[in-house]
Amino acid sequence: MFEILTKEMLTPIICRMKVSAPRLAAAAQPGQFLIVRADEKGERIPLTISDFDRQEGTVTIVTQKIGASTTDIIAYEAGECFADVVGPLGQPSEFVKMNPEELAAQRYILIAGGLGTAPVYPQAKWLKEHGVPVDVIIGAKTKDLLIYVDEMKDVCDNLFVCTDDGSYGFKGMGTNMLEHVVSEGHSYTQAVIIGPMIMMKFTTLTCKKLGIPAVVSLNTLMVDGTGMCGACRVSVGGKTRFACVEGPEFDGYEVDFDEAMRRQGQYRAEEAAANETHVCKIGRGK
Amino acid sequence: MANRIPRVAVREQEPAVRAKNFEEVCYGYNREEAMLEASRCLHCKNPRCVTACPVNIQIPEFIAKVCEGDVEGAASIIAKDSSLPAVCGRVCPQETQCEGSCVLGVKGEPVAIGKLERFVADETLGHASTECAPANGIKVAIVGSGPAGLACASDLAKWGYDVTIFEALHKAGGVLEYGIPEFRLPKDKVLKIEIEEVRRLGVKIETDVIIGKTVTIDSLMDEEGFKAVFIGSGAGLPKFMGIPGENLCGVFSANEFLTRNNLMKAWREDYLTPIHAGKKVCVVGGGNVAMDAARTALRLGADVHIVYRRTEAELPARREEVHHAMEEGIIFDMLTNPVEILGDEKGWVKALKCIRMELGEPDESGRRSPVPIPGSEFEIDTETVIMALGTSPNPMISSTTKGLEITRRGCLVADENGATTRPGVFAGGDAVTGAATVILAMGAGRTAARAIDEYLKNL
Repeated sequence: MFEILTKEMLTPIICRMKVSAPRLAAAAQPGQFLIVRADEKGERIPLTISDFDRQEGTVTIVTQKIGASTTDIIAYEAGECFADVVGPLGQPSEFVKMNPEELAAQRYILIAGGLGTAPVYPQAKWLKEHGVPVDVIIGAKTKDLLIYVDEMKDVCDNLFVCTDDGSYGFKGMGTNMLEHVVSEGHSYTQAVIIGPMIMMKFTTLTCKKLGIPAVVSLNTLMVDGTGMCGACRVSVGGKTRFACVEGPEFDGYEVDFDEAMRRQGQYRAEEAAANETHVCKIGRGK
Repeated sequence: MANRIPRVAVREQEPAVRAKNFEEVCYGYNREEAMLEASRCLHCKNPRCVTACPVNIQIPEFIAKVCEGDVEGAASIIAKDSSLPAVCGRVCPQETQCEGSCVLGVKGEPVAIGKLERFVADETLGHASTECAPANGIKVAIVGSGPAGLACASDLAKWGYDVTIFEALHKAGGVLEYGIPEFRLPKDKVLKIEIEEVRRLGVKIETDVIIGKTVTIDSLMDEEGFKAVFIGSGAGLPKFMGIPGENLCGVFSANEFLTRNNLMKAWREDYLTPIHAGKKVCVVGGGNVAMDAARTALRLGADVHIVYRRTEAELPARREEVHHAMEEGIIFDMLTNPVEILGDEKGWVKALKCIRMELGEPDESGRRSPVPIPGSEFEIDTETVIMALGTSPNPMISSTTKGLEITRRGCLVADENGATTRPGVFAGGDAVTGAATVILAMGAGRTAARAIDEYLKNL
């Protein structure tokens, strides 16, 4: 059992939890993810690792209420336990494997959309700790959906925040923000884009236009997360890849986003039916 | 004469009824039926059934005990060679092993050895001896809680070793849990109890630990004090055909389909994991996994076709499963091979384009290899395609462990005792052989247990 040590609601629908998982915390690297199964009847839900503390033996996860399973996860309180937390899964970010000279030549721009801000945080933190120049763009629909703005300030050189409706920071989407930042004279050797599939698709196109190589982190469907089921199949450069073991990060220029978006929605009909009938049986609902 | 008694038929759920539920198909023998069937055994002096059994269970001996009505006695004879008899009685391909070698089978029907094994195991489930040698404090790690790992762990625990099994999924059992459906192997009634028996020997099972990710074999040996490791991680990676349209929505690996249904219990309304079968399903392949996927889709309400490139005679599945599938109304499209999956404008499967095949010369496996008939392409309308083409070992362990060699096909290199190319690391089951059977994996686990004992005694 994996105890939840702290819980806070970052927005009315986004929740941050610190969970005890010593083995996982000891092995986790930026770019990797984990799987939570709240209770016996729950789904295995892949979530990004938004922080880890090897000494404490904890990992931090950020969950947005989307369907029945994420609603159940969010209903847990500090002091309670998840049935399963397993990982770390997937490959660490590319920069983790770079040598100091390669790193010294890099200038990173990390572009986060919505919930994708959470997994961007450990990447920025790692780059900052290793002295690599790193700027971050956080985009959200509106001010109330922004997360990690304060935390991010401490782990990057320049933080740019934008909202679609202009309720906070720059008015516009991440793509507009990126073009604006570059037009102001900032230049980058590498972009990392994490957010909803559609946001990653269009931000990749903007990066391509600006000539910035772009890595994206794909949140595909998964069951086991270890290469067994193949639900996470994605076409990258015309080849089928398993996002769970070969990803989740891929060269954005090569990803077939339209296929990935269709595949992500494969169980939408089943899920809609489940959401209608699902009564949160966990009984901790607030 | 005893051998004039016809083979005692086993009671089963009616096909029309069972096609709509996930309850076990076969009810098994009761005491009278088992004793009558046991009386058919000729107790051959040189029992070919024993030789044909991958773990050499003393079959005539246990059957003699059943004849006498001494079920506990029969169980202890089986227990000498098998640690999962309730599982093997249900899932072994008896027709190519013990029963396939039974003398009675030459002119008539062989003794129903599998059904007798199952009877003995079910009657004595949970009664196994937990006697172990005094604890020796030597730590051994087992990777994977499938048949190979469970068998290896049981033996080592009985000899006094301090055994921990590491399982990547949230539940122990490996393929027995995620792969084989409830209607063939009941989870709570059978599997859970056999796994409990392994625990009662003192074996610890740590779920949610992925070797190669959460911890490595190097860290288990260097930092956690394990003196030997057995890798029984199976063959978990699904194969696809590499034909156009395989990434359309509605194309699943049998692994995904079965894992959702079995491990995640998607067939039950009260479990949250979704599963998609639709109204019409084509399953590609002819092995046990193809039969399991097809019969699962049927039970979820679909019309199901099995598409197989050879003929019925070459189907690698257990004969009983093929027979059950046919009885339940699954349609077999033989000598048929998919060439493309066609999609609609929304990216969902709408048809499976196939080509007719004919049998040519026998290949290296002795089976006549199928050859496409030019110009014979046709389409089968379908909503879902399930690929059941076999599986291969996961590279997650070999790629993160120093000194562990693999073959070109990704299988771990191990000698006949299970010793890998790295001292102290042993392996067995599908991780070494590629996808095979439960009983072979179990046998390999036990062989490796003896080799590990040897190795540790000589350290």
